[in-house]
Amino acid sequence: MTEVSVAKEDVAATGDLVVLKSVNKHFGALHVLQDIDLTIARGEVVVVIGPSGSGKSTLCRTINRLETIDSGSITIDGKPLPEEGKALARLRADVGMVFQSFNLFAHKTVLENVTLGQVKVRKKDKKEAEERARALLDRVGVAAQAEKYPAQLSGGQQQRVAIARALAMEPKVMLFDEPTSALDPEMINEVLEVMQQLARDGMTMIVVTHEMGFARSAANRVVFMADGRIVEQATPDQFFSNPRSDRAKDFLSKILHH
Amino acid sequence: MFDFLEDYDLLGAFWTTVQLAVLSAVGSLIWGTLLAAMRVGPVPLMRGFGTAYVNIVRNIPLTVIILFTSLGLNQTLGVSLGADDFESINFRLAVLGLILYTSAFVCEALRSGINTVPVGQAEAARALGLNFNQVLGLVVLPQAFRSSVGPLANVLIALIKNTTVAAAIGVAEAALLMKEMIENEAQLLLISAVIAFGFVVLTLPTGLFLGWVGKKVAVKR
Ligand SMILES: Nc1ncnc2c1ncn2[C@@H]1O[C@H](COP(=O)(O)OP(=O)(O)O)[C@@H](O)[C@H]1O
Ligand SMILES: [Mg+2]
Repeated sequence: MTEVSVAKEDVAATGDLVVLKSVNKHFGALHVLQDIDLTIARGEVVVVIGPSGSGKSTLCRTINRLETIDSGSITIDGKPLPEEGKALARLRADVGMVFQSFNLFAHKTVLENVTLGQVKVRKKDKKEAEERARALLDRVGVAAQAEKYPAQLSGGQQQRVAIARALAMEPKVMLFDEPTSALDPEMINEVLEVMQQLARDGMTMIVVTHEMGFARSAANRVVFMADGRIVEQATPDQFFSNPRSDRAKDFLSKILHH
Repeated sequence: MFDFLEDYDLLGAFWTTVQLAVLSAVGSLIWGTLLAAMRVGPVPLMRGFGTAYVNIVRNIPLTVIILFTSLGLNQTLGVSLGADDFESINFRLAVLGLILYTSAFVCEALRSGINTVPVGQAEAARALGLNFNQVLGLVVLPQAFRSSVGPLANVLIALIKNTTVAAAIGVAEAALLMKEMIENEAQLLLISAVIAFGFVVLTLPTGLFLGWVGKKVAVKR
């Protein structure tokens, strides 16, 4: 525990990577994000947890502006999120995103999925991009599938390709929105292992997940959300063994009992 | 029985039909794709234009459009599309009219194809940092084209048959020849059958071929 907090002070000194200040967002009458303040330091791994509908996905999606916000501010590496255009595209390239439903490009091979952004956004030449793509596919354990189409892969393999596709952009931070929720149970671990390795390598990660094993072994911090608010933040050990708020206690008793 | 056919350039007329169809098909595919891009794009003015264009053009009879290109564009405004003899002016005007008309249907076929592409595909593309044109051109449209081959084939078959409207402004294609033959020969049924057969020869293989293509390029999810 002391190690973690020392490390945190260190990184705080080198700058916070993602900073949300009093962020508010509505969907019509629904106030999905209410005064969200959240700071993520470089190299930190934050798990976001909370009941369905509490706004976790929306929070993730505001960070690369797939959703706009109504008020407040979001900065990444000291720069406020651009509204649109080239600057926004450039920022998005720095923020990797992994979706629950993988969203691999269905008409492109695995290799093409991982080279597309490098060539079209990062302007790398094709050969260099392919080399990097193959290295990344190897790292996530799907190198043998490079020439196949996404539909020919298992869910676990597709999600690992999606992680490789995001990493290919050399992002500063990675967002994961329930990356294992759409997977058959036997495939969850192969994806979590890749994420764990990523965390060990020092990647800054924001992970929406209910996988407590992952939270305990890889996260520096757990953020608990309910009804559009951040209700509680703690280290994984504190949060899972000794939650402070009633909402968190109630939520944990539900997910622990099945 | 078929002897009189030798007096007419049947193949030449159908060749004109094919040229009309091919040029109009290429033109409508391009203009229709641009219209579809406008209709799904973020710029309100373009969206409005795309929507208005499709809804107006779709509801005007093709004959009116073709006659307008000749009477309105050519004879009133002097547009000749770079040609100087009567024959090629009318041919080009007919192609223009067919493109203006058919592209509205291409646009709608493509838009239905775009709707089959899950939103997650575009979101993943945006999340990588691709701009709007890249998202559309590299991810959404390629998948939309693949799933609209069937609807586009129907548009193409309709276009092949619609080329007969060019007869209204004197383009020497199959239908105009048919009219001429019927006026000169007492062979109404035979002539109709020959022309109908000619169109079936053009449309049937087109439909079968594109049906096969559609299956082959279908995006598996
Ligand atoms: N595009 C949208 N339009 C309207 N309501 C939405 C939209 N996206 C999400 N919501 C609503 O916002 C709330 C929070 O959604 P979400 O962020 O997906 O929650 P979580 O990921 O925690 O389950 C839910 O009530 C959901 O129905
Ligand atoms: Mg969610």
